[in-house]
Amino acid sequence: MSRIKVKIKEKDLNIIKEICKSFNNEQGELINVLHKTQEHFGYLPAEIQEVVAKELEMSVAKVYGVVTFYSFFTMKPKGKFPISICTGTACYVRGAENVLGEFKRQLNIEVGETTPDGKFSLSCLRCVGACGLAPVVLVGDKTYGRVSPEGVKDILAEYNDK
Amino acid sequence: MEKVKLSIDNKLVEVEKGTTIYKAAKQLGIDIPVLCYMNLEGLGIENKPGGCRICVVEVEGRRNLAPSCSTDCTEGMVVHTHTMRVINARRTVMEFILSDHPKDCLTCAKSGNCELQDMAVKLGIREIPGQEYAAMSTYKMDFSPSIIRDLDKCIMCRRCEMMCNEFQTVGALSAFNRGFQSAVGPAFEMDIEDSTCTYCGQCVAVCPTGALTEKDHTRDVINALSDPTKTVIVQTAPAVRAALGEEFGLKPGTLVTGKMVTALRRLGFNYVFDTDFAADLTIMEEGTELLGRLTKFLGGDKEVKLPILTSCCPAWVNFFEHNFPEMKDIPSTARSPQQMFGAIAKTYFADKIKVKREDLVVVSIMPCLAKKYEAQRDEFKVDGNPDVDFSLSTRELAHLIKQANLDLKTLPDEDFDKPLGESTGAAVIFGVTGGVIEAATRTAYELHTGKKLAKVEFEQLRGMEFIRKATIDFNGTPINIGIAHGLGNARKLLDEIKAGKSEFHAIEIMACPGGCIGGGGQPLHHSDSSILKARTKAIYAEDEGKVLRKSHENPYIIKLYEEFLGKPMSEKAHHLLHTHYFDKSGKIEIS
Repeated sequence: MSRIKVKIKEKDLNIIKEICKSFNNEQGELINVLHKTQEHFGYLPAEIQEVVAKELEMSVAKVYGVVTFYSFFTMKPKGKFPISICTGTACYVRGAENVLGEFKRQLNIEVGETTPDGKFSLSCLRCVGACGLAPVVLVGDKTYGRVSPEGVKDILAEYNDK
Repeated sequence: MEKVKLSIDNKLVEVEKGTTIYKAAKQLGIDIPVLCYMNLEGLGIENKPGGCRICVVEVEGRRNLAPSCSTDCTEGMVVHTHTMRVINARRTVMEFILSDHPKDCLTCAKSGNCELQDMAVKLGIREIPGQEYAAMSTYKMDFSPSIIRDLDKCIMCRRCEMMCNEFQTVGALSAFNRGFQSAVGPAFEMDIEDSTCTYCGQCVAVCPTGALTEKDHTRDVINALSDPTKTVIVQTAPAVRAALGEEFGLKPGTLVTGKMVTALRRLGFNYVFDTDFAADLTIMEEGTELLGRLTKFLGGDKEVKLPILTSCCPAWVNFFEHNFPEMKDIPSTARSPQQMFGAIAKTYFADKIKVKREDLVVVSIMPCLAKKYEAQRDEFKVDGNPDVDFSLSTRELAHLIKQANLDLKTLPDEDFDKPLGESTGAAVIFGVTGGVIEAATRTAYELHTGKKLAKVEFEQLRGMEFIRKATIDFNGTPINIGIAHGLGNARKLLDEIKAGKSEFHAIEIMACPGGCIGGGGQPLHHSDSSILKARTKAIYAEDEGKVLRKSHENPYIIKLYEEFLGKPMSEKAHHLLHTHYFDKSGKIEIS
């Protein structure tokens, strides 16, 4: 805990407590707890990290350290359809940078941002283990392989009416 | 214990299994350079993240170089510590570290006392190739009342993180982000003031660079000294005299009490007083409070709060206000010696010399950074005027003395001024772990039993063990005393109290290793724990050399009560010498 007062809804507080309890409130399970928590809330704002720290009886500085170390975790709300561009070695060599540039241009946002309508957010990740399909893009759980800058428009179009 | 034999730089050595190459080399007189690694030998405080890779060595048959600080010796190992490959690698590592480090050494607070700078000299670094590719971090400076953080100078050795989390269990600091942006700090990059930091300053004491330094008040003091309308007085904490000499090249453990007094007088202080006087006063108040609670307890009072906890250490006070607010009525209400001194100086003494409160400037010289924070707490101010105006660390005093062209080593010895400069041996030992409770025992024993102590030394309360226990026979009544230094060790005793399992009547707690002699404001020990031991010895030597060794025998304390305070715990004493504590814990509220 820090000295700052944290405000949180009772319902949300109970959900975090439940998640921590399902991992026996063990400090060693921090990453799993954060995974589950982010899965539920979509992101990990400061208040949530404070509660997790309290439940696992560890310092919130440590929790924040883990959240900022792994690019998977985010402190900002993601879009309804989070877009992740793999910039691991294989994808990078096969032109991931240009694909990323096209997504930025089409959506008019930077990496780590969300479109104003809350629909799309953009992030990079390192290797999803599908190097044969490089460059790879994930939208939510769906994987797109051998993506070219020209194909970006078509991918986005799939989510037009969703 | 199983032994292994190995060769380091063609010399054979036998060590216990589990010994690192770095430590084995040390036995042979080979000093492998280390940067992130830190070991306070004999205290069990060790940092070995194996992160910086300055300490790499070549091990025959191993493909890559091995970090000697975190690689264990094995049977038949052949190690080389200065082959061309090792020297080149070490230099490259250093160049990488420096490529992401500011180059403002000339004006850096750590200049001349910086382990990174020393390492650059040792490795013969003359240029830093490739720095144009490095993405230097640009964190904002964080100014707190005690500690200043300049994260751009952080080299990720993580010593501060280890001290803050493992030793102190404060948990204010952690590494965050990654790559060039990685640094160590509180959660959400909040200012240290908003975190659970206690200002113990142990992060500053171990930081190898200028990333963590103290808030410097030397300018303010020079300004006050040169203001003709101000009367400027100074008080010096016991631990300062046992360490100040180190800043002037004297051997650790050299007492410089008399030379320090002369230096302060020549700096222009109107009166040179001693915090030790206030330490004697603390014993009168805290000792009386202890006896009061004990008498009630022995009389069958179930409501009385025991054990009583000492309250001299401001980092410790911050610690329980943050972490154990539900127990804030257990510590003694006695203010720390620094604050007792300030309160008496700005009332009793100001009246005596007929100077108005606002024209009297009280400066304190402390081995501590938390004292800076303590001095500016609102409850220690009268109409906005603080009882202690400026608190300087031992290091800052050394700077002041050097700026005044004084060579401490060659100065004659002088005595403190009267009346707030007289003290007993009991006050001096406040500077080491176990000292406050020993001083309290000397007085409480005599006041409680009405008998004279045949021997004033209580050896069973001394030592460097982190948690110590002793039972003192108060004329048939056994009194259980606990001692802890290091906040992580204090936490263990507090958890016992919380669980209702504490067997103690009184507990002394100091935040820093060894007590105040190992404080965050002391000359840097650069991981040499023998320095802390030498300072401890010096403090006990000073006590032994004193004629008066029990606080209640200090004639000026007796006079202070006669002329001004009445008796210990009187209404006036309560008003000036006691305090109250706050709940500063974070709260999770339902919105």
